[in-house]
Amino acid sequence: MSAQVAGGSLSGAFFALLRRDLLLAFRRRTELLFPVIFLLVVISLFPLGIGPSPQLLARIAPGVIWIAALLATVISLDALFRSDFEDGSLEQFVISGHPLTLISLAKIVAHWLVAGLPIVLLSPLLALWMNLPTESLGVMILTLALGTPILSLIGSIGVGLTISLKRGGQLLSLLVFPLYVPILIIATAAVMAASDGLPYTQFLGLLLAGLITSVTLAPFAAAAALKISLS
Amino acid sequence: MTWSFMLSASQIVFERYFEPVFLPVNFSLGGGELLLVTGANGCGKTTLIRVLAGILYPTSGKIDNGFGAMAYVGHYLGIKDDLSVLENLRFMRDFLGTSKRSCKDVIELVGLSRVAEQQARTLSAGQRKRCALARLLVSESRLWLLDEPYSNLDLEGVELVDRMLTHHLESGGACVLATHGAHRPDWKNTHDCHLVSGASI
Repeated sequence: MSAQVAGGSLSGAFFALLRRDLLLAFRRRTELLFPVIFLLVVISLFPLGIGPSPQLLARIAPGVIWIAALLATVISLDALFRSDFEDGSLEQFVISGHPLTLISLAKIVAHWLVAGLPIVLLSPLLALWMNLPTESLGVMILTLALGTPILSLIGSIGVGLTISLKRGGQLLSLLVFPLYVPILIIATAAVMAASDGLPYTQFLGLLLAGLITSVTLAPFAAAAALKISLS
Repeated sequence: MTWSFMLSASQIVFERYFEPVFLPVNFSLGGGELLLVTGANGCGKTTLIRVLAGILYPTSGKIDNGFGAMAYVGHYLGIKDDLSVLENLRFMRDFLGTSKRSCKDVIELVGLSRVAEQQARTLSAGQRKRCALARLLVSESRLWLLDEPYSNLDLEGVELVDRMLTHHLESGGACVLATHGAHRPDWKNTHDCHLVSGASI
């Protein structure tokens, strides 16, 4: 008689996990607010630090907003797998027989909804603070909407690799920042091009390509990294 | 009645820092059978269970699992502190997707109905253990891997584990149970597997 594999449906497992992670995030909503407040604080420091000249702020706005978004994402990344790793939930996921790739993807999606989406939603306000020209506001939002999921996806690989270390968070930032550099360059180039009235769709195309690539590859890499960390 | 499901292990060795944790392990386990893994502290009971569960990979040897999906209760219980007992169990049931059993009934069975709506952080160690054991009942797995299931439990809890185990084995399931030996479950088809630490040679 053939072996019976896990009988549950994959989409059922995916949505059960997604629902659980969102519920958990809601239960710990103070933790959830940290990265967002951090983002707001970092951005509000710039006018104080370099002077409130509208032209200067408008010039550096894309870079500042994007760097703050990177920092806020890295702060929230460690929570992606940490608690599941520490309380044994991750072991239960492995034993369930569901592919770890699918589990990683569900957790990444939950992470983006909780940590990435608020940045996208807040970006009009941030742009206003930094005096970003209104004609490039739409491009700014688009780059964040395309780019923040990439940050969560690439970050998940780093989290998977460092999760078994006690102070993994510090190593994590060193590990993922270099990988974030291309996204930072492409995204800010798009916004700057839009501010200068130059064509910018090629940059958005590159971001979209990056998103598609990381959605298809990062969950596999994160799952492999988690397997290594568990053993 | 014959059971065609089998879990067999031949010459399993697991090395940590190039030293075997335990001497090579061999066994084969069919439906309705219980494998009792005993041994002193540090002889690798938990490691063996984790190897069987597929969390760790054996350095050498072969594991053949014909039972399919497994259910595992170990030292880390996999319970979310911020969710209630009911939410924890309901999530596991929906995640595994193999059972339609009512979570409320299962919670009553393990004696947690009074705290079903409470967040898991408020539970005692024994209650948390019961919550983890409840997961076995919503998994419908034929193979249970239990690592020290009796720890933290009161006498009534120990009886509960024995009762669950008997029912599981009677219905054709199999179980690998690691214990340091304070309590032995009473079951007719019990195989013993006494682990010897690899450092002893």
